[in-house]
Amino acid sequence: MGNDAATARADSLPATARRIRQDIVRMLYAAGSGHPGGSLSVTDLLTALVFHELKLDPGRPDWPERDRLVLSKGHAAPALYAALAERGFLPREELLTLRRLGSRLQGHVDRGKLPVIEASTGCLGQGVGIAVGMALDARLGHRAHRVYAVLGDGECQEGSTWEALMAAGHYRLSNFVAILDRNGIETDGPTESILGIEPIGDKFRAFRFHTLEIDGHDFGQILDAFAEARRFVDGPTAIVARTVKGKGVSFMEGQHGWHGKAPNRAEAERALRELGTELEAPFP
Amino acid sequence: MTDARKAESLRDAYGKALVELGEKDPTLVVLDADLSGSTRTMLFGQRFPDRFFNVGVMEDTMMTIAAGFALEGRVAFASTFAVFAAGQAYNFVRQSIGYNRSNVKIVATHGGLLVGPDGGTHQMLEDIGLMRGLPGMTVIVPADAPSTRAATFAVAERAGPAYVRLTRENLPTVTDGSFTIGRAAELRAGTDLTIVGVGAMLARGLEAAEDLAKVGVSTRVLDFASVKPFDEPALLRAARDTGAILVLEEHTVLTGVGALVASTTSENYPVPVRRVGVPDVFGESGDAWALLDRYGLSKERILDEAWELLKLRGKVQ
Repeated sequence: MGNDAATARADSLPATARRIRQDIVRMLYAAGSGHPGGSLSVTDLLTALVFHELKLDPGRPDWPERDRLVLSKGHAAPALYAALAERGFLPREELLTLRRLGSRLQGHVDRGKLPVIEASTGCLGQGVGIAVGMALDARLGHRAHRVYAVLGDGECQEGSTWEALMAAGHYRLSNFVAILDRNGIETDGPTESILGIEPIGDKFRAFRFHTLEIDGHDFGQILDAFAEARRFVDGPTAIVARTVKGKGVSFMEGQHGWHGKAPNRAEAERALRELGTELEAPFP
Repeated sequence: MTDARKAESLRDAYGKALVELGEKDPTLVVLDADLSGSTRTMLFGQRFPDRFFNVGVMEDTMMTIAAGFALEGRVAFASTFAVFAAGQAYNFVRQSIGYNRSNVKIVATHGGLLVGPDGGTHQMLEDIGLMRGLPGMTVIVPADAPSTRAATFAVAERAGPAYVRLTRENLPTVTDGSFTIGRAAELRAGTDLTIVGVGAMLARGLEAAEDLAKVGVSTRVLDFASVKPFDEPALLRAARDTGAILVLEEHTVLTGVGALVASTTSENYPVPVRRVGVPDVFGESGDAWALLDRYGLSKERILDEAWELLKLRGKVQ
């Protein structure tokens, strides 16, 4: 990867993320169901991963040296599909098949249907363990690629999430990064009123993670955190990224009602206007 | 019951087979959840410490970590007791191993009542049904040490997820040590009645067949170690040839091999089927072999059920 290309991609991350958010709204409207809140909150993190941090080659999705990304919060599938399409791993037109019978774009990410996905997830509390296995594999095989797991904050209520994090800390997996999309809201409401996970940064630290707490919508902070994670070689890094559920669509922001509900036509039109486009606009 | 005679450890056979596999395949990894002395994965761990991961008491995440290894192209064996492997970790096995088609071989020891004194919490009686219900999961229940060794090699070679259920107690050797996935082995030829069995119950089935022979009843005995995929042709041949089938399993009759045999024959070649297994109850503490008798898995019960089947077929008065 040339440095100039990487720099150009870094400069254009906000515009890229905006296109991805547009696609997420279109996909969810077309599908009639899905998870907008957590897709929009994690968009900037995924954009930074797919367009800047991860070593990937759209021409060779199975390139052995690629970095691995496990989306443990598999319900944010629309965000990852849209980012991968934008990066050239699948045709953007295909995004509108989300959740349709026969589609490669399952409601939760599916490796069997779409091989560029590293692991099928959906039921929470499993992706971090898979990522830990992949990081152990890389270390055992003396391979240089890195493994990233993106998890949700409701998912931090799953005990198995902590089992897997405990293992990453125990094995001092410096090739592993856990990225928490800390949007503060789960299906039924705020995490802190349902089952509080704070102080979440201290929890990661107690599990032997080098822990960075950032604004998950500030690309400068996101890229700095990734760079810091690469520099840290004594164990795993956790990035606690404070985000806004439904980010970018005013009436979805901070609303738990938009965790798992698709917009209707009027709502999709309004959301897309806020994101600078319109429903009928063709994919550029 | 004298099942301890000439008995060998299935778990030792598994541990030794793992070491051989580790020699053959330098990428193979083994995981355990703090029971490596009991499951005998310790033998692999001593020989290949770099490729052995004792993750502590976290069966759920043992399964997901194993899946991570497998999705990267390795064969991963994961072992713990059956109640933890199939029960505790069920949805982790379902999604990370089953749904992901991960090449993970779950070898679960301590299946069934023969766990003995540890009691009902640890006597896993539902695992065959749980694992058999997962699409793509190979399910194997070996009857003795030699077939355990063969089954360990067989699942390692076969791509895709597998569940192998082993018994804690040493078991007498009843097979010739050969094992093929998808094939039933005929341990005894017969024409009046067929006994289909898995695991520890096969030794009892063979003893019952011996008793039946003394009164002129010819009993075929099939080792159904390969529960999934299972040998449907051998089962239907048995139905046709002998007209009655008795299923023996150390598992709940609700969802085990008996349910499989009954549904398969009733759809394809209906014959009377009776099931000797654990009724719809949990187990309890006690001497392992005494528990089998207590829960209706005795040789006497097998003979009673055989007699009922023979009466139904009009073969005896």
